[in-house]
Amino acid sequence: MKDRSYISKRKFMEELRRYEKGSVTRRHFLGVTGLGTATAVMAGAFPGLRPSSALAGSHIGDRVVLATWPNYHDPENFEIFTDQTGAFTQVNVFGSNEEMLAKLQAGGSGWDVYVPTNYTITTYVEEDLIEPLDLSKLPNYDPDAFDPRFADAGIVDGVVYAVPKNWGTTGIASNTSHNGGAAIDSWKDFFDRTMDDFSGRTMVHDYQLTTIGAALNYHGYSFNSVDEAELADAEKLLINVKPHLFAITSDYQPAMRSGDAWLTICWTGDGKQLNTDIPEIAFALGKEGGELWSDYYAIPKGAPHMEAAYALINFMLDPEVNAREVLAHGYPVADSRTNALLPEEILNDPILYPAAERLDALEFGAAATLTDPNRAELLARFKSA
Amino acid sequence: MTERERNWLLVAPAGAWLLVMLVLPLSVVLIFSFGERAPAGGWVPAFTLEQYANLPARLTAFQNTLTLAPLGTLAALIIAYPLAYQLAVRTDPKWKTILLVLVIVPFWTSILIRSYAWIFILGGQGLPALLGVFGFEGVRLIYTPFAVTVGIVYGYLPLMVFPIYVALDRLDKRLLEASSDLGARPLTTFLRVTLPMSISGIATGCMLVFILLMGEFLIPALLGGGKVFFVGNALVDLFLQSRNWAFGSAVAVMLILVMLVTVTIYMRLIARLSATREDVSIM
Repeated sequence: MKDRSYISKRKFMEELRRYEKGSVTRRHFLGVTGLGTATAVMAGAFPGLRPSSALAGSHIGDRVVLATWPNYHDPENFEIFTDQTGAFTQVNVFGSNEEMLAKLQAGGSGWDVYVPTNYTITTYVEEDLIEPLDLSKLPNYDPDAFDPRFADAGIVDGVVYAVPKNWGTTGIASNTSHNGGAAIDSWKDFFDRTMDDFSGRTMVHDYQLTTIGAALNYHGYSFNSVDEAELADAEKLLINVKPHLFAITSDYQPAMRSGDAWLTICWTGDGKQLNTDIPEIAFALGKEGGELWSDYYAIPKGAPHMEAAYALINFMLDPEVNAREVLAHGYPVADSRTNALLPEEILNDPILYPAAERLDALEFGAAATLTDPNRAELLARFKSA
Repeated sequence: MTERERNWLLVAPAGAWLLVMLVLPLSVVLIFSFGERAPAGGWVPAFTLEQYANLPARLTAFQNTLTLAPLGTLAALIIAYPLAYQLAVRTDPKWKTILLVLVIVPFWTSILIRSYAWIFILGGQGLPALLGVFGFEGVRLIYTPFAVTVGIVYGYLPLMVFPIYVALDRLDKRLLEASSDLGARPLTTFLRVTLPMSISGIATGCMLVFILLMGEFLIPALLGGGKVFFVGNALVDLFLQSRNWAFGSAVAVMLILVMLVTVTIYMRLIARLSATREDVSIM
């Protein structure tokens, strides 16, 4: 937009809000927006424009605070939301469900919307940290449209606390050029090769659920085990593997992209993003099992901008908005209305939508792993070893 | 207003600050350290020494910190001293300000972003690739204790440079001439005049860097690839991952005790070192 007299709708809204908050003078506001010379025209274009800021939907306030995961939204959707409602979305990014829970337990998080994973929701309910949802404020939520497998965890004792965002798997990303073109597709190979020809090239998550889960899968145990003998086996494996690891980090994309690392525990969307940009990086599910997960939108107790929280969730549940999200981040959705809008090659993508029988081998994370002190201590011992 | 009242008034702001920002939080930490972890994480009141009994579970973290903090301080000192010396003694005064500003400039950018930059410099496409051109193949730098040390020295260097610079800047340059006139060779002049007179700067710089390093967690996490585990990292994990506030508080209390002991020993050493010289005062 080279035309100097042009001001985008979004820019205009920003200036208007700065003016309302008193951070710019009236003269500055009228100057940059061109309103000084075009008040009559603008009043026609924005019928709701009044000094008291009675813009369409502006009763929801000027902001909404979202706590979410990295690379998990289409930034353009937030801009559209701001254009429609006048509320700006402030995004906080987190690394683990444990961290989210810790912030909410400490109190005063200031969040309006957050994105908990399936296995954490019962704990939030027990701890009284999550708001039961008023579905009348979420007209875009259609329970029948969702695959119950990825929607059930949001409902506790018949009350809807959270509505589905995305689902996915936790598998293995490997650089096939170091393995004769083949993908590594079992946790047995994952750890055995790490202690052999992939030494110094493997990453595991800085996350108890997936890293301990993978070590449990290696031994053929449940991903969710809290059995002391089984955890001891997993710990022995992890301690033995540690000297051969490249890193313990949940931010594994950079090292896979640079070629420093060849193998990592990997979530669906990261696998898709890596595979799209670098085709020799393959994503596979572990043969022994692994994690199947689903994320939800929820509102924490005491959210400061409750109306804006409902507005944002409702906006994100709009199938068209949701479809744009999927195209941006590469995580599948459980909403049939959204899937109907997605291109065939996404719906047939084996990374995003694995064959049903592969999914059956996977397990949802269990609430017990979140609160089990032994798993947390195990990871600390592994990291400090 | 009596002098006594005036003194109280002058001390009041600092006193209130210390009470609210230091004494109260530390008391909370101390109280928490005798409690227990709530079943879903957090804290429940109790009176138990269990958390302190569990401290050996973080022994490695303390060992790593007590190894890398002094090493990092020493490395920063070795690199900072010649730089401060050059700036204070050798540099033309008209360049001094510009060069000093250049030392501070990196502070204008967040340490997080600067540490991230090191990930790419030390990563496979960075320095190791350059070394590969010269025939040194397969050098691994990123996610090693070496990378952590580089990050620490880089991040804390200005804190070491400035106190030493100030000490050397105050040094009366005529003393160096006098030493030379009396027949001392440059090395002797440095060891017997310059170095002893900059001890106060060295002591302050080392103290600043060492204390901050003892609580460091960001650089080990980013440049150590999560494999180099400091007490700071143990604390972050205990509060933000396992939500074991009671044990986390006990680790924090232990860290404070370790610091008090090391810093006291350090102060004693410095005091003894400078006791023979009445012209050097420490802090």
